[in-house]
Amino acid sequence: MAGLVIEREVLIEAPAEVVWRTITEPDQMSQWFADRVELVVEPGAHGYLQFGDQGGPVVVETVDPPTRFSFRWNYPHGEEPVPGNSMLVEFTLTPEGSERTRLRVSESGHELLAWPDGEKQRYADEHWDGWAEYLDRLARVLAKRQPG
Amino acid sequence: MTTQADDELWSAIADPSRRRVLDLLVSNGDVSASWLAGHVPFSRQAVSKHLVVLEQAGLVSRRKQGREVLYQVEAHGLDQATRAMADLAAQWDRRLATIKRLAEAAHAEAAGSSPPGQGDRHEG
Repeated sequence: MAGLVIEREVLIEAPAEVVWRTITEPDQMSQWFADRVELVVEPGAHGYLQFGDQGGPVVVETVDPPTRFSFRWNYPHGEEPVPGNSMLVEFTLTPEGSERTRLRVSESGHELLAWPDGEKQRYADEHWDGWAEYLDRLARVLAKRQPG
Repeated sequence: MTTQADDELWSAIADPSRRRVLDLLVSNGDVSASWLAGHVPFSRQAVSKHLVVLEQAGLVSRRKQGREVLYQVEAHGLDQATRAMADLAAQWDRRLATIKRLAEAAHAEAAGSSPPGQGDRHEG
């Protein structure tokens, strides 16, 4: 799944500060992400994510409360996550009024970071729909060529 | 959860040059590496490297015909890629749904009960 960019979002009926705590506090993270989360939310902090009986390291990248939070992880490989071997998960919180927050998440892989800027942009432009359409198109062309 | 196989699959498709090779294979079927090299703006050597990666990811297979090696797309591998993509989206949708539930519950609790400051715990 390396190199992939996926983007999803959800609208939450709570202020950004509340959503921020939900996505950044380790005891909350362990409810929506890993089974066990050891993490200090500071840029550059190293932590650990446990999934079942496997786990891997995580490194915090951006901490900009309550709008941006990102971390890098490379489960299940277990090496130190750095650009080039890991997935980058980025959360963006956008307040919509005082009681509502749009939460966006993207996950991108290591190949993307090693690419020249032009390629990176082209790739980032594809997003989820681009990927789905790409695979869909391939499958259709293939089906046409090999009937039955 | 991601597996080594998924990882190879996505690495394979993530590269624009490899997608180009894959596109050509999908629309033209059994062709040789030399034929592919004549249809892309990169070297025969690069084409060979891309084919190895695509083959390892299960997206492409090869067969010998006389003295030539011909490549073709593996429909099953492509199918798997499509499903892996959908799975990943669904996984994040589930996580976001949980975040939404947790945040909305925390907000409702804070709004409905205690004065400010109450329930503000800090743990190490």
